[in-house]
Parts: sequence; C-alpha cells; structure tokens
Amino acid sequence: MKPVTNVIICGTGGQGILLASEILCEAARLAGNDVKKSEVHGMAQRGGSVSSHVRFGEKVYSPLVEKGTADLILSMEKMEALRWAPFLSPSGTLLSCDLEINPMTVNTGHAVYPDVISMMKEQDIPCRMVPAFEIAEELGNLRVVNVVLIGAASPFIPIKEDYWYRAVEERVPPKALDVNIEAFKLGVRSCF
Amino acid sequence: MRKKLNTIVDGTLLLSGNEAIARGAWESGVHFASAYPGTPSTEILEAIGDEYDEIDAQWAPNEKVSLEVIAGASFAGARVLSAMKHVGLNVAADPLFTLSYLGATGGIVIVSADDPGMHSSQNEQDNRLMARAAKVVCLEPSDSQEARDMVGEALSISEDFDTPVLIRVTTRICHSKSIVKVGPRREVPVKGYVTDIAKRVPIPSNARKMHSRVIKRLKDLSAWGSESSLNRIEDGDRSVGIITSGISYQYVKEVCPEACLLKIGMSNPLPWNLIERFIGMVDKVIFVEEGEPFLEERVRSKFLIPAIGKDIISNEGELNPELVRKALHPGTTKAVTYYDAELPARPPALCPGCPHRGAFYCLSKLNGSSTGDIGCYTLGLMAPFNALETTICMGASIGVLSGIEKAVGREGMGKLVAAIGESTFVHSGITGLIDMVYNGNTGTVMIMDNSLTAMTGGQENPTTGKNLRGEPAPALDLVKIVEACGVKHIKVVDPHDLDEMENIFKEEFERDELSVIITRRPCVMCYRPVKKSVALLDPEKCIGCKLCMKLGCPAISWEEEKPEISKLLCWPNCDLCVQVCPVDAISKDMEGLE
Repeated sequence: MKPVTNVIICGTGGQGILLASEILCEAARLAGNDVKKSEVHGMAQRGGSVSSHVRFGEKVYSPLVEKGTADLILSMEKMEALRWAPFLSPSGTLLSCDLEINPMTVNTGHAVYPDVISMMKEQDIPCRMVPAFEIAEELGNLRVVNVVLIGAASPFIPIKEDYWYRAVEERVPPKALDVNIEAFKLGVRSCF
Repeated sequence: MRKKLNTIVDGTLLLSGNEAIARGAWESGVHFASAYPGTPSTEILEAIGDEYDEIDAQWAPNEKVSLEVIAGASFAGARVLSAMKHVGLNVAADPLFTLSYLGATGGIVIVSADDPGMHSSQNEQDNRLMARAAKVVCLEPSDSQEARDMVGEALSISEDFDTPVLIRVTTRICHSKSIVKVGPRREVPVKGYVTDIAKRVPIPSNARKMHSRVIKRLKDLSAWGSESSLNRIEDGDRSVGIITSGISYQYVKEVCPEACLLKIGMSNPLPWNLIERFIGMVDKVIFVEEGEPFLEERVRSKFLIPAIGKDIISNEGELNPELVRKALHPGTTKAVTYYDAELPARPPALCPGCPHRGAFYCLSKLNGSSTGDIGCYTLGLMAPFNALETTICMGASIGVLSGIEKAVGREGMGKLVAAIGESTFVHSGITGLIDMVYNGNTGTVMIMDNSLTAMTGGQENPTTGKNLRGEPAPALDLVKIVEACGVKHIKVVDPHDLDEMENIFKEEFERDELSVIITRRPCVMCYRPVKKSVALLDPEKCIGCKLCMKLGCPAISWEEEKPEISKLLCWPNCDLCVQVCPVDAISKDMEGLE
C-alpha cells in the first residue's frame, strides 16, 4: 500500500497556484496514484491568500491536508510560507519563492510586512528559498514563476521525472510549452 | 479558445465536482441546461459550455428564470439541469415549491452548491432543509465520482417518480478534484410537448390532488431508498455506528477507517427501513454532518434514540479532518511542530486597473458612501475607500437605499448612493429601481457596468452582447431600460475619468430627484492590453503626500517615505495614479492603449 503524500501549494491570488497544482496532480495521476486536490475559488482570487491541497497515494479519502502532516509546502510568497508552516510535518520540506507581495493591509498602513526570515528562525522552520522570480525574469517571461517553483519542488515529491514532463505538456497551452519546459528544468536545477 | 479537461487515462478523468456534474449531465443525455453564475456552482455551466456541444447551455438573468426555463423544457420532454449557489435557490424557491407538485416529464436536476464556511457567500444556509420544505428528492455526493454518477441517478429518479431532484453539493465537493470513471454519452430522445392541464395547472382543485401525489411519492421514495445503492451500510466495529453524508463521509473514512457507518446518499426522503436496520446493528449512534443537524434531528425524532451529533460537531463553519478527528478520535490528533505566527491578514482587494476603483475613490474623497450589493464592488467597503456600508442579497442595494430615505428623508440619507453591478441590476436590481420611481424616492443609483459578471470569474450576461458560449447575442441597453423605468436623470461616465466622476457625484448629491449614474469601463478580465506600459515614479519630484495610496491599488506600496509601483502588478490601461498625483511625479505612456 503506497502511503499518502500530502502537499500544500500556497501564495496569493493571481500567482498561478492552480496551474502548479494541476501539474502536480496530473503527474501523480499519470504515475498511477489515486489523487485528490482541493482549493477555494471566488473572492479569495482577488489578491487574497490562496492555497491548494494535493494528496496522492494508493487510496485517498479527505481532499484536505491536516495540520502537522504536509510532506511538502510550496509557497509562491514568503509570508504565505510562514502562514502555512503549522501544516508542515516534522520531516516535511518547506520551499518558498523569495518574493514579497504586500497585502493591502500593509499598503494602507494598517499592518507592517514582517521579518519573515527571523520569524522562521525563531521557530527553527527549515525553509529553502528559491529565486524563482529572477529565474523567470532571465527567461523573459514573468508568468512562469509558478512552473519554476513546481520544478524546484519536484525532486522532493515521490514521482518520477518522466511523469512531470508529460504533466507539463498536458496542462500548459501548446504555444507556451517550450518556455514552461525550460522553466521547469531551471527550477529543478535551482535546488541542487 | 477552448479549455481542455485532462486526457482520459484508463477510462478516467481528474475532475472537480462541478466538472463531474457537467460530465454526468452529458453522459446521461441532458439536452438543456441553464444557470446564473454563483460561487461555488459557476463552473458547472462553464464546463458544459466549453466541453459538451450536445447540451444547449445558457446563462439566465437570475436563478428563478433559470428554473422556469428548464421546467418548460422538461414539460416538453427534454432532460434538463439548472445550477445555482445556495442563496440562488432562495431566488428560485417560488418555482421550485410548485414545480415539486407538477413533477417532471423529462428528468429535472437542480444543483444547489452550498458554501459552509462562507468562502464566497453571505450566509451558510443548508439547502437540505429547502429540499425537505419543497418535498423534492435531495442527493448528496461525497466526491467527484459520485457527483458524476448521481446526475444519472437523479434523472432516472426524476422520471420514474415524477419529481424534480435537488443535488446538494458544497464548496469542498465543487472545488475538489478526484478521479472519475467516465463513459460515452447516451442519447435520450426528447419526448415532445403534450398538453396535460391537470398535471401542469395548479388551480386549487388540481393542486390538492397534486399534493396528495407528492406525499405518496415521498413514501414510495423512502422505501425505494432503503434498497438503492445511494444509501449504504459499511460494516465495521459495531460499538459505534456513524451516520454521515456528503464530504463528512470522506473525513470519517480518513479518521476512523474501521468504523461501522451508514452513508446517506439520498437525504430526502430518508430511507427509514435502512436506518432502522442500522440502528439495530450498533451499540450507539453518532451523527457526523456538516451544517445543520438535518439527519440527526429527523432520525432522533423518528426513532427516539439517544445519540451524539451537534454536541460534538458544530453547525457553524466548514468541517475538516482535524475537527472530525477531534470529535471522534481525539487520541490520534496529529502533533503540530510549528505554531501559527501572528501575520497581517491578506484580504481580497480590487484588482490593479479595476474600473470600480475610480468610482469608489471619488465617492470616498467626497465623504460619500453606498448601500452595497453582491459582486466585486462589495470590496468598496475596504480601506482606504470605506465607501460601502450595507449588503443583504442580490439587488438589495436599491431597496435598502430607498428604505433609508423612507425612514429619515432625503436629508438623513446624506451622501449615500446604491452601488450595484450591471449583472446584479439585471438579476434583481431593476425591480428595486421600479419601486423607487413608483413610490417617489429621490436618491442616486450607481450601476457599475464593467461588461462582465466578474466576481464569479468572468461570465457573459444579457448586457455584454455575448452568450454563454461567447457567440454574439443582443445586448440589453441599460440606458434605455433605466429610461423606460421612468428615471429622468441618467449619466454615463468612465469611472477612470476622475474629474468627471467627481463632478457627477457632486451634482447628484445636490439633486432632489431620482437619478442613475452608469459607470462604464470593462473589467480587466475582458481584454489583454495591447502594449506594455507601467506607471513610473520620479522619486525626485515625489513629495510623499500619499494621495496615490488612497487609490487602494495593490500595485502601489509605501516604502519608507515614497510609494513604489510594482512592475509585476501595474495594469497597462490604467492611469489613476498619474491622475491623482498633484506634482506630476508619476508618468505613463498611454499611447496606443485603450
């Protein structure tokens, strides 16, 4: 019986979280797993916090990941990585894009963007930062930040390489395939 | 361009609950579908529109019309589906309660997508109660496979028992994806329209007979339900028996895989024989259900058994595996290594370039505010605008404004206007406006026309000139319809022309007669800008006055003493910050745009 792998992909509305989780689900499905994923659309997409829970393995019941059980959390924004840290299992991996996006509460002066790195240190949260934004900028396409990140996460997820590339092909529009494959590869490389 | 669902692998697709309902409808030979968009139900009709040409699919102006149209198609023998969010069923309740008496000729499926936890809604009503009140069948899928399967089941039940069937899903079903075994479409002929007055005209003498039939139908269905695979006992440790339905079933299986449980797939009418058998099998009964104690109250009042339910599982909010674990199996609670850090909230905000921003900026600048409605513009309540102060339901902004005037007069109303989107106006705001004209109100209604039903992700509506499939359709003329209601003062304005917008508000605040302002500019989801252009700040010129921060634009943040404009977020076709800067420190090349 294959154990269930729990992944959370988080960030802010408009960052392409749903596409990243689609690619992960597709790869897991092609690799012969039962897969469930859950996310909330609607109001949350207007720049609010967005998260997608993905679970795969032999047999999956709940589409939601429980606190303390995520094998991997992939965050597209620094502060959101910290927000979701309670979901991380003691042996789990936390990866985050080093991008900071101010919430409106910070812009309007009702709050201050926190010093995320020292807050993580306080709790000994093991977080690996990925310069996904810079990588995407080098590729000349800021819309592939999400695919760089899912590439960076892929070595930490028990799915073979082939399935990842097939999943990217399956889920991105043919016109944008080359740049997305390149983004995925650079993501993988950024981890080593 | 067509969206594509994933490729079929081993006869399966990975589908959301909404996509699975669309698939189920297509496979079961549904001919006609209608809906008004509403989170979390919207993607059902979108998926039908994108993927399944054999189904004639359309957006209705509101849920009541949607249900009436599919009722007519059913009378003519077509298989039909109508989808809506939970509060949409309130709008459609009038036809629903009587359609229950009339029954179905072609199978009728009505999907109600409830929103426990209120991710995108104003209340968390449990529409199993509506199904019971309307005396229609209620089915509750617990994942995408069941969502697909139950559409076919629902159509058979509808035709066999002559009843509309409500499929009650929740956000977690609609927006979760899981693997679904799929099949081909089965064509079912449209039976054709045959006059049957005794069946379709509920004058009292007919309706009394219909009601008797409805009551017998519920008894027959309850007996049938005890034998149907929709409801099933999963045997296990009989010291406790868990009765559950919908998504809660998945959480119970996750937390207590060994439990003896009764999974209810048809929650109205309840399968009494099966429930009685189950109660006899187990030592004690626990109800695990999200929302109201629907199963619990009905079963306990029928069999007078002691049981546990809402005393350990709240009827507020959404359930999740942790809450169910805490209630059923507290010993197995997962250790949490990292605690919740105190972080600034990240509430939703109007998008960069949003046409509503100009209107709310000006309203706020003049110390005005609004009675609000359901749509993106509800975000006018957020800082820095603070320019919206009531919301009830679709269309209520107008009635609420006129009621305030009735209570405290034109003076007492101050600088309040009604703020309503064009789609919401057509849905049910227009009747409020007719009421205002008819009953001599003054005041100002602001119809915020962004050429799209935006909050639900961007759908066409009767004013946009396109139908559900994006084909050309006649566009409702808002100016003419407002005129026809009897409104004498109508102004159309681009809300991003800030001077003009502000002047119009000033004029209308002074006016002693009813007026309508139509703010017209397309939603940023309507188009892709043709040229890259971002606002540039000249820090030498900037005096740090913070006027640009009053726009509440996500692209502008305050860094120490100066604003910073994000290249990533700035919307090319917007120059609001250029307009508000008093010292011309922000510039933008707008040539070639618009």
